[in-house]
Order: sequence, then structure tokens, then C-alpha cells
Amino acid sequence: MSEPDIHPVVLEMRGVRVTALRDPSLALLENVNWSVRAGEFWVVAGAPRAGKSDLLLHAAGLLLPARGDCRLFGCDTREFDETQIRERLRVGFTFADGKLFNQLTLAENIALPLRYHRRHAEAETARAVAGLLELLELAPFASLTPGNVAAVWRQRAALARALALSPELLLLDHPIGGMTVRHRRWLVDFLDQLWRGHDFFGGRPLTLVATTDDLHPWQQPHRKFAALHEGTFSELGAWGGEEFVRHRAVRELLAEAEEER
Amino acid sequence: MELANLQRFRHAPLPRSYTDYLGRQIFLLLLTIQGVAAFALITLGVILKKSGVAHDLMQPRIRQEINRAGASLLPMFMFVALALGFLVIGQTVAALAKVGATGYLGSTMVIVVVRELGPLLTAMLVLARVGTANVIELGTARALGEVEALEALGIDPVHYLILPRVLGMALGVFGLTIYLILGALASGCLCAFLANVPLTPGDYFRQIAEALNWLDFALLALKTMAFGFVIAIVTCYHGLAQPLRLEDVSRVTVRAVTQGILACLLIDAVFIVLYLVT
Repeated sequence: MSEPDIHPVVLEMRGVRVTALRDPSLALLENVNWSVRAGEFWVVAGAPRAGKSDLLLHAAGLLLPARGDCRLFGCDTREFDETQIRERLRVGFTFADGKLFNQLTLAENIALPLRYHRRHAEAETARAVAGLLELLELAPFASLTPGNVAAVWRQRAALARALALSPELLLLDHPIGGMTVRHRRWLVDFLDQLWRGHDFFGGRPLTLVATTDDLHPWQQPHRKFAALHEGTFSELGAWGGEEFVRHRAVRELLAEAEEER
Repeated sequence: MELANLQRFRHAPLPRSYTDYLGRQIFLLLLTIQGVAAFALITLGVILKKSGVAHDLMQPRIRQEINRAGASLLPMFMFVALALGFLVIGQTVAALAKVGATGYLGSTMVIVVVRELGPLLTAMLVLARVGTANVIELGTARALGEVEALEALGIDPVHYLILPRVLGMALGVFGLTIYLILGALASGCLCAFLANVPLTPGDYFRQIAEALNWLDFALLALKTMAFGFVIAIVTCYHGLAQPLRLEDVSRVTVRAVTQGILACLLIDAVFIVLYLVT
């Protein structure tokens, strides 16, 4: 008898057809089968327009699959409604361009989910926001609106906002896009700390899924990789494994990165 | 999926015959009415179900919208009330006085100002000042993906973005109409006094008070709230309920304003029937 896996499945896709956000009739990926277990760190690679963002939107339950089933913490995303808001809030999501609310300051953006979902006193919310601002080195920009800060700080603010409710699964759409080497290194290190269990969140490890079109910054053995290529989703295992090095999308992405260097 | 079909249908090549063209326009109108009605029902459901959710966050937002669609427009409405009083009421009073029909003044004022001109003019001005801003703000938010960002945070966009605007506009139109009517009647009286019309302010206001009955107050409240609700729903529907790109925002703003005016005129017609049958 096989030993039961101690890490439960937090995200599961079975036979999912991934369609585009802007055009639901356009299928980007077919028959996606994917299981993410608690404590895993996945990197989903693919060329631009391969469907990475739309895959992640489906995974978060923000888009419903045209075919197949998508489950988050055991709940079918088609059945997500107000009664399952607790399950919904176990997932954090950051968009590629942050998608902060332009009329709010960075601090107000981060405070928004806390003020909406938690009945905390203002002082307690302010304390939590100040902690997140400090953690992501955003304190000098706290009172600025997103239009007045560089894209890299907007992305950090979006990450702080996604972390405000202490999610268990964090989905990051293209988190290192457009970053300088220094910021990229900082972010990848920070995500590793979250994955291992950051003191700020009581040492509780997070499950992470990030999409990318640049594989080099994610080159560590503890991460699992998947690739999107020509409408298919493939699990590749760890960095440098047989499937990883053989996959065409990986070879293309690595070659492109080499050319850019 | 329905919305995507609607967009495709809207941008399909122009039919070759006029009857086909007319049929398409009627079909589009019916689809829009269906969409707006469904959006209105969803919004009403959210108002009823979520009135207590995130109270500390939503109360300031609702107050802000009441201020935007009401209090902040008071200076403009003071000017409009003065103009309405001088241009319309003053002249009506003078004309009635010339033919010795000042006894009809009260009922004329109630019909013209209280029942028709006051509410309709207020609705049109609020639509122009706040309704257009609604479509542009929500359309831009939609095009920039802020709606998806709210959903990702587990925040209902209808609750967070629409509910304050609907309540703010319903209460704003109601309050501004009262203000406009009072201001117009007062400035009309002043105009009559300046034009040496043989009518004392006491007689003027007594006649108006006698011509008013409880139904005028009840229907005025209902009508102005309905105007505010419909303007908010139509403008929010066009800004939020459909997938948009930034270049679509100006087009949907024009469409929302046109439909807002038509919806207000339709409601006005319904209330005229109500006045006639009661």
C-alpha cells in the first residue's frame, strides 16, 4: 500500500481548456492536467502570448474553464460564490502590471483587502499596512499614487496587497517582467523566503506559482517547472532534468535569453 | 459569452437593406434593455444582501458619492435655479398677470416646476456632470483591469464600485431637485416683484401651497429617486458591465448619455400617466 502524501493538493486542473480573457471563444491551451501541492514552488514558462496569464486566471478562479474542472482547495471554481469567500481568500494573485487602483495611494491599495474583509480597528489595519510597506521596502512611496512611482514599486505594492490577507497559495503573473537585475534578484529571494516561511507570516510556508518568459532567474533545484508551447501544458520537473532540457519551449526561451545577454 | 456575441453582432458588416438595418437596431436595443435590466436587478440584489458588508469602508464611499452627485453641485444648481426662476417662472407669472389669470398661478407652477421641469432638469444636469464621469471612470477602470483586480481580492465590483454610485445618485438627484424647485420658485417670485406684477409674495406662495397635495410630494420623491437610480444604472452598465478597451470609452460614454436621457424621458412619461390617473 502506498503511503498517503502529507501535502494536500491545493490547485488541481483536469482536462481544462484555457480561453483568452479578452475573447472567451479563443482557446489558448487544451487539456491542461496539473496538480499543485501545498508547499510547492512552480514556475510556468512560456513565450509571450502562450497563455500564461490566462492559465493563471483560470487557476485563481477568475476565469471559468470552457471545458474540464478546476479545483482550489477542493472547491470547484465554477461553484465559487459569496458563501465560499473564505476559500477564495486563501489564494493571493498578482497581475503582470500590478493593476493597482490608480485613485488610491500605495498604502490605501494595500489596506483595501484588509478594510473590506477584516473588521479590524483602523489602528490595527494601519499597523499591518505599515509592516507590509516595510517588508517590501515601500515605506518611502506609501503616500504616492501608482502613477507617481516606477513600475517595479507598483509590482511590489501589488505583491504586498496580495499578501495582506495572508494567503496560502500565491499566484504571480510574470512577477519579474521589466525588472532590473537588482530588483529581480531581490524579488526571487523574497519569494524564496515566503516559500520557506517568512517570519512576518509566522513562519508559515507559502505555495507559490509564478509565470515567466525568462527562466534563468528561477534556476534553483527546489522549484518545479512547467511549460506552455503550441497550445499544450507540460510538466517538466526540476531544473536540468531530462524533460526540462529536452522541451522545445525551454530550449527556445533559454536561447533567447542567451542572445539578449 | 453573450456580451462577446453582442460585440460581434454590433460590429458585423452593415446589412444591405434598410429593413435589415432597422431589424438590427431593434435587436440591439432589446439586447441593451435586457442587459441594463439584468444589471439593475443584480445591483438591487447586492444593495439588499450586502448593505452591512465592509461598513467602515463603504460608508465613506457612499458619503463621497452623495457629495459628488449632490452637495458639490449646489453652486451650479443655485445659478440654474436663479436662471429658471427669472427666465421661465417670472415670465409665466407676468403673462398670467397680463390676462388676469393669476388665480391659476399655483397649479401652473406646480405642474411646470414641481412635477416636470425641476426633476427632469436636475436629472439631465446630474447625468451630464456626474453620469459621464461615471462612465469614463468605470470604463477606464474596466479597460485597465481594475475589475479583475477587485475580483482577485475577493471584492465584489458591483458592491464596491456600483452601490455607492447608485445610492449617491438617487439621493443626490432627490436633494438637488428639492433645492432647484425651492430656488426657482423663490427667484420667480423675485422676478415678478421686480417686474411690478400685481401679486404679493404671500399670495404667490399661498397659491402654490394650495395647489400641492401629498401625492405631489410622494411622486416627486419616487420620480427623482428613479431618475437617479436609472442614470446610475445606465452609466455604470456601460462603464463596467462590458469588456472594454481604452479606445472604447469615449464611444460608450456617448451611448450611455443618450440612453440615460431616453430612460429619464421614459420614466417621466410613466409618471405623467400616474399623475393623470390619480
